[in-house]
Amino acid sequence: MRPFAYETAADVASASRFGREAGQGQTDAPTQFLAGGTTLIDLMKLDVLRPQRLVDINPLVARHSEIEVGPDGLRIGALAKMSAVAAHPEVLATYPALAQSLQLAASPQLRNMATLGGNVLQRTRCTYYRDPSWTACNKRQPGSGCAALEGVNRNHAVLGVDENCIAQYPGDLGVALIALGAEVELGGAAGARRIPFAELHRPAGKPHVETTLKSGELITAFRVPAGPWTRRSLYLKVRDRASYEFAIASAAVALDMDGEVVRQARIGLGGLAYRPWRAEAAEASLKGKPLTEETAEAAAREALSGAITHGHNAYKPELGRRTMVRALLAAKTMEA
Amino acid sequence: MVLNINGRDQHLKVDVRTSLLDALREHLHLTGAKKGCDQGQCGACTVHVDGKRELSCLTLAVAVQGRKINTIEGLAGADGGLHPMQQAFIDHDGFQCGYCTPGQIMSAVACVHEGNARTDADIREYMSGNLCRCGAYPNIVAAIKQARSSMERG
Ligand SMILES: Cc1cc2nc3c(=O)[nH]c(=O)nc-3n(C[C@H](O)[C@H](O)[C@H](O)COP(=O)(O)OP(=O)(O)OC[C@H]3O[C@@H](n4cnc5c(N)ncnc54)[C@H](O)[C@@H]3O)c2cc1C
Ligand code: SF4
Ligand code: FES
Ligand code: FES
Repeated sequence: MRPFAYETAADVASASRFGREAGQGQTDAPTQFLAGGTTLIDLMKLDVLRPQRLVDINPLVARHSEIEVGPDGLRIGALAKMSAVAAHPEVLATYPALAQSLQLAASPQLRNMATLGGNVLQRTRCTYYRDPSWTACNKRQPGSGCAALEGVNRNHAVLGVDENCIAQYPGDLGVALIALGAEVELGGAAGARRIPFAELHRPAGKPHVETTLKSGELITAFRVPAGPWTRRSLYLKVRDRASYEFAIASAAVALDMDGEVVRQARIGLGGLAYRPWRAEAAEASLKGKPLTEETAEAAAREALSGAITHGHNAYKPELGRRTMVRALLAAKTMEA
Repeated sequence: MVLNINGRDQHLKVDVRTSLLDALREHLHLTGAKKGCDQGQCGACTVHVDGKRELSCLTLAVAVQGRKINTIEGLAGADGGLHPMQQAFIDHDGFQCGYCTPGQIMSAVACVHEGNARTDADIREYMSGNLCRCGAYPNIVAAIKQARSSMERG
């Protein structure tokens, strides 16, 4: 690991000042915030992230890790631990998809360490990204190419990709947040603002720039609006092992039903896409229709219709469709 | 820097890059916690930080000053008597080579305290962060069940 200067920040303003060079998720950013460290320290050991300065934001835990459930929705401080949110009784009862996305992620030890803010900003597990001995990786080194296009790409994304990068967004929480229409509260030296979670991660194009954060900006909280669909929601994760593994396909589904008929469906997909992915066309295709195997399958075809495969990951569109259908039909049987 | 390990403040002079695992093993000669993967994937380095199980390989020592760190070396009673979890791993042959065992035991103690060791399925799910290359899993589950009963009796 390369040498770095270590600072601790007492509040958001000083963290943002120390972190003014933290960038927008660039791999070569000279400054990184240290939350749980489970992405950051891992990638520093692998010599992928090479910050000259770490800004430890753990002193912010006391003021930015509260979990509040109210009539308008859910608000969670960005330094809340994955394990605390996953086990929170009101989150489990009212936002089950969100609790499950955390519960099914990583391991108990990692969930005790990792924060929600760090979770949504975790980096891809693309093996070429994680190993700097591969020179071709546009995400690490803009313009260098993409080793995965012709390489081992079984785990790579099929939605939202282009010829520059086919990396999969690996997180589970982001899939639930996008389905539930979450917002992100940001804070920094230049003041506070709020953006839709769907706008936090950039679409394909410039893979080395991952987020729309202003340099030095911190995520301070997540907001999930209340709605008639939140209780009838779930997260379904398909993976190579029974536990402790990233998704190869996943779906977060939330339904507002009028008897058999869908008033509103909200669908997020994971393990399949370049960034947290909302299946809006599929949602629209279900609106006002009874939810049956046929309508669910039609929606799933719609959701995966733009899929682009690269050999080893050719199985993903079909797996994605089946995952989405299973999630929709399972959510239908839930008590709302 | 000062680290509170097993109830005692320990002073050490180390590079800011030092992981908690390396601080324990290389500088304080507490070699119970093991280095399996050094990447957060195997659980061999599991210790308790403020009572919660965490991975010492992905923790910077400098960042856990002022927090209470407990390792396998601090688990046995003051009289040297084994913790019920340690005894249960012996009773059920919960290991072969023993490399993963300190991490398994630290994780298992926390798993019982969390209330996540109620059923066999729960134990398997909530111990999934601790890999065992020797495949001692069935005996580990049996050991945790025995220890859970004696820990609950107090
Ligand atoms: C073996 C293993 C298995 C895993 N399995 C899964 C899985 O199945 N599903 C899953 O979803 N995840 C999984 N993960 C990833 C894990 O969930 C993330 O590493 C973790 O959530 C990151 O959170 P952290 O607090 O540790 O972030 P850190 O590592 O501290 O930070 C990550 C990044 O976010 C930035 N950052 C952190 N907090 C903020 C903030 N508040 N504002 C602005 N920037 C910030 C940091 O600068 C850094 O760039 C796994 C990880 C490992 C090591
Ligand atoms: S898929 Fe993206 S992250 Fe992976 S090698 Fe290609 S450019 Fe790099
Ligand atoms: S050595 Fe820490 S998890 Fe493997
Ligand atoms: S006993 Fe050998 S690795 Fe578990």
